[in-house]
Amino acid sequence: MSYIKPTFVHPQAPRNEVGYLKRDYEGKISTLCAGCGHDSISAAIVQACFEMNIEPHHLAKLSGIGCSSKTPTYFLSNSHGFNSVHGRMPSIATGANLANKELIYLGVSGDGDTASIGMGQFVHVIRRNVNMTYIVMNNGCYGLTKGQDSATADKGSISKPSREATPYEAIDLVGLALELNASFVARSFSGDKSQLIPLLKAAMSHKGFAFIDIISPCVTFNNNKGSTKSYDYVREHISITGAMDYVPEEKAIEVEYAEGSQKDIELFGHSVVHLEKLAPNWNPTDKQSAIDKLQATKRNGQILTGLLYVNPNPRDLHQINHTVDIPLNKLTENHLYPGDGELDKINEGMR
Amino acid sequence: MGPTNINDPEYFHKVVDCQYACPAHTPVPEYIRFIAQKEYTKAYMINWESNVFPGILGRTCDRPCEPACRRGRVEEEPVAICRLKRVAADNKGAVKHLMPDIPKKKNGKKIALIGGGPASLTVARDLAPLGYEMDLYDEWSGGGGMMRTQIPAFRLPIEVLEEEVNYILDMGINTHFNHYVESMRDVLEKDYDAIFVGTGAPKGRNLNIPGREEGEANIHIGIKWLAGVAFEHIKSVGKKVIVLGGGNTAMDCCRTSKRIGGEQVTVVVRSPFKTMKASPWEIEDAMAEDIPILNNMPPKEFVVENGKLKGVIFSKVRAEYDENGKRSLIPTGEADEFIEADDVIIAIGQDNAFPWIERDLGLEFGKWDLPVLDQTTFQSTLPNVFFGGDSAFGPENVITAVAHGHQAAISMDLFLRGENTNNRPAPMTNLISQKMGIHEWMYDSPVVDDLRYKVPHQDKKISLKDRKVEVELGFDETLGFKEAQRCLNCDVQTVFNTSRCIECDACMDICPTSCITFTANGEEEELRQRLIAPALNTTQDLYISEKLPTSRVMVKDEDVCLHCGLCAERCPTAAWDMQQYFYNVTKASSGCLVKEE
Ligand SMILES: Cc1cc2nc3c(=O)[nH]c(=O)nc-3n(C[C@H](O)[C@H](O)[C@H](O)COP(=O)(O)OP(=O)(O)OC[C@H]3O[C@@H](n4cnc5c(N)ncnc54)[C@H](O)[C@@H]3O)c2cc1C
Ligand SMILES: Cc1ncc(C[n+]2csc(CCOP(=O)(O)OP(=O)(O)O)c2C)c(N)n1
Ligand code: SF4
Ligand code: SF4
Ligand code: SF4
Ligand SMILES: [Mg+2]
Repeated sequence: MSYIKPTFVHPQAPRNEVGYLKRDYEGKISTLCAGCGHDSISAAIVQACFEMNIEPHHLAKLSGIGCSSKTPTYFLSNSHGFNSVHGRMPSIATGANLANKELIYLGVSGDGDTASIGMGQFVHVIRRNVNMTYIVMNNGCYGLTKGQDSATADKGSISKPSREATPYEAIDLVGLALELNASFVARSFSGDKSQLIPLLKAAMSHKGFAFIDIISPCVTFNNNKGSTKSYDYVREHISITGAMDYVPEEKAIEVEYAEGSQKDIELFGHSVVHLEKLAPNWNPTDKQSAIDKLQATKRNGQILTGLLYVNPNPRDLHQINHTVDIPLNKLTENHLYPGDGELDKINEGMR
Repeated sequence: MGPTNINDPEYFHKVVDCQYACPAHTPVPEYIRFIAQKEYTKAYMINWESNVFPGILGRTCDRPCEPACRRGRVEEEPVAICRLKRVAADNKGAVKHLMPDIPKKKNGKKIALIGGGPASLTVARDLAPLGYEMDLYDEWSGGGGMMRTQIPAFRLPIEVLEEEVNYILDMGINTHFNHYVESMRDVLEKDYDAIFVGTGAPKGRNLNIPGREEGEANIHIGIKWLAGVAFEHIKSVGKKVIVLGGGNTAMDCCRTSKRIGGEQVTVVVRSPFKTMKASPWEIEDAMAEDIPILNNMPPKEFVVENGKLKGVIFSKVRAEYDENGKRSLIPTGEADEFIEADDVIIAIGQDNAFPWIERDLGLEFGKWDLPVLDQTTFQSTLPNVFFGGDSAFGPENVITAVAHGHQAAISMDLFLRGENTNNRPAPMTNLISQKMGIHEWMYDSPVVDDLRYKVPHQDKKISLKDRKVEVELGFDETLGFKEAQRCLNCDVQTVFNTSRCIECDACMDICPTSCITFTANGEEEELRQRLIAPALNTTQDLYISEKLPTSRVMVKDEDVCLHCGLCAERCPTAAWDMQQYFYNVTKASSGCLVKEE
């Protein structure tokens, strides 16, 4: 068993605009089961951060507990990180974001971590619109504790350890996020990097709460026949809102596409999400159309993936609370103590 | 592209870059692993089977394997393959009992071997175990050919040469030393059933410029002079020596001069330094012995006064290349330069010469007065006469002579058994899974970062005093182990099983050198461009799977694969497996060459 990755990279491996190799965004060799969907998501995160020219020390990765929450060890070794207790990543992220709004926050959670023990935290972080990317590596089970059904396991789905159909209704995290007015909602599949990477880039550029529910097969406990979260099932039932591309600020040049089949959405700054071959009756900036589309695909037994909804002009936690421009962790005594004169003025006003 | 046919024995052979590049296709990584395990005897015998002279080649091989070594593509320098061979030879135990038994009762066929160099000796080694009776003729007093007469003792000690030459001569070869064969007609008239010509390229080129004849006493032809030194007919040289030429012979001449009296030894080449033909390490070693190499100076005239050589006048040029890359040397207009010399050694190339082969025997000669030969069988236009080594296609090196010897031996055996010489035997191949446990391999899969280790040298003060003191001391066991660990085990192949793959991407994601891509199939040229790391080295193959359930294919660029096994470790379904590929060129006597210990 190899614990150390060879240091050699492809001799022509490119460096990005900030001078890093893709290797510089990687982490330790994964200890997850070989073939786990979570590892593919880690690889997509590495690729997205490399392509976005993120300086690793400008990013903080935060997670809870679970196989999914272990993955931050396997990517972005040079970034900040916090592995919190089970289901408590949202409060850590909220606190960190309040203290230093200048970092990019990447929250990594699992379906157990979010939809069961962390549900309370999840809904509140959406409500507060913390500027972060929140991804759920959704395998429909508690992988780390040997594969018990989670709250996102579809009713009727069979996993390897349960051996019988789940009797309960599943929680659809995407539906919930839309209901709670999350400002960016998407779903993807670990096995489709061509969709996942641009989605991650768009989510990390979005200035507000960006949620991505990523179906991520658990090869060991939930990749069997009868499971609705297996590689085969997802590949057979996937439906895509549209082919998408993320165009960063500097490269967002106008391109003409045929009317009705494409749409560009401007994100924070001038970065653009470019969507092509859009699904009919769906407008990603219109929440109602996203909800309708989601329901309709579900009725057909399909899994809708892609960017579902985005509010291009959200107000995040700092804007809602009118915090000062300077990040709170950079406020000095000079900023915080206005001086005797100010105090006198206040006292004067009280007389 | 269609799926790769991994059953073609050449597909995986080509992945083992060093073995593929070795003219004798020595199973390099296999012997390097044995060295790492201190199994020096085994490492030696693998070499001996393939290249016949491991101790000699471990010191002198031209090492075509090293520029090919994959390590040179992922790091700065290749594995020191050649010098590891010497580690096996230096540390081996008894080997003679592992060598084949020679039948007392001969098979009734008789062969003449003309010339005692590596080509003839290889034929002898391959055919003796089959019961052929062989007479070997050489003009010198011992076997080895140019390995004895040309390669200086400070690079190849005589004991090392004799040990390996004697392994062969002791197989009951009838030697006729000090016997220059004057006439092919005479040989043909004797009772030989077949004749092998391994007489090399024995003629050193001369330089006919003014003063050549007058200076004759102190102007020498390099290869003749080196042979003179080797046999101690020449024991000294003047204090001031000029060596003309930029090849390996020139390097041996200047270094030899330094050891037998030359104090001011200068090498002068007519063209630019960087186009010198000598191997880089030979140049490096000469320069380390404080021998200046002057370039862009063609010799113009030998200056002889009162019958005594005074030196050489050189003109000054620069190289210019036309659009076809053809070089011309243009005079710079600077004044000529005179360099003093007591002796001048001309080392500007060798030619083939067959003054002893009559031209009316039906044995045809073609371009450059080389024999007309079948390129694979080495058979001449006289069906019972075969050639090999430098005498076949012009001067090369020892390992090429050995490779020729193996092929000529196969042809001669086929011919003497009345079979078609074109019925070449297929190579022996074997593919063995290295899996021991879930993530355990039988080979040492981790890739070490160490840069190439330097072979320690004898102190110059000692080695320059005596031409028989070996310069290179060789790797000791510790250094040998460290250098062996640098080998990437390119023979441990990544073997893909399409029907097992669930397309989880794990292998693609883990691969440290981005070798693997799952993508839509296409034409090779276009496909190479759109892999996650474009496959721009077209000398290396793409490994293409059959169509996967998502209609994509797995494409692996073999170019910079580290054979680290991570793809196979991260694969949930064992769609990848690491399998050791053994490829061995079949020899005339394969099967009885090396005995089990
Ligand atoms: C100075 C020098 C240094 C070299 N260094 C290296 C090196 O470091 N590494 C390397 O790989 N190669 C080296 N070579 C090249 C190498 O020696 C030859 O390529 C190789 O020896 C060729 O082998 P062969 O069997 O074809 O013939 P040779 O080794 O040339 O042997 C032929 C033998 O036949 C004898 N012979 C010729 N005609 C007759 C005849 N009519 N009757 C009887 N005997 C005859 C010759 O005298 C000679 O002994 C060097 C060559 C030179 C000149
Ligand atoms: C407070 C607490 N309760 C329970 C656990 C046990 N536990 C560890 S991981 C886990 C479920 C993780 O499921 P999920 O978030 O889906 O992650 P996965 O392993 O499937 O990626 C549970 C219940 C715990 N570690 N801490
Ligand atoms: S790394 Fe080892 S096996 Fe690979 S080419 Fe070099 S010597 Fe040969
Ligand atoms: S062995 Fe596999 S993982 Fe390692 S370099 Fe080769 S293809 Fe990549
Ligand atoms: S790791 Fe194995 S199963 Fe997964 S894509 Fe690679 S070969 Fe296929
Ligand atoms: Mg889970």
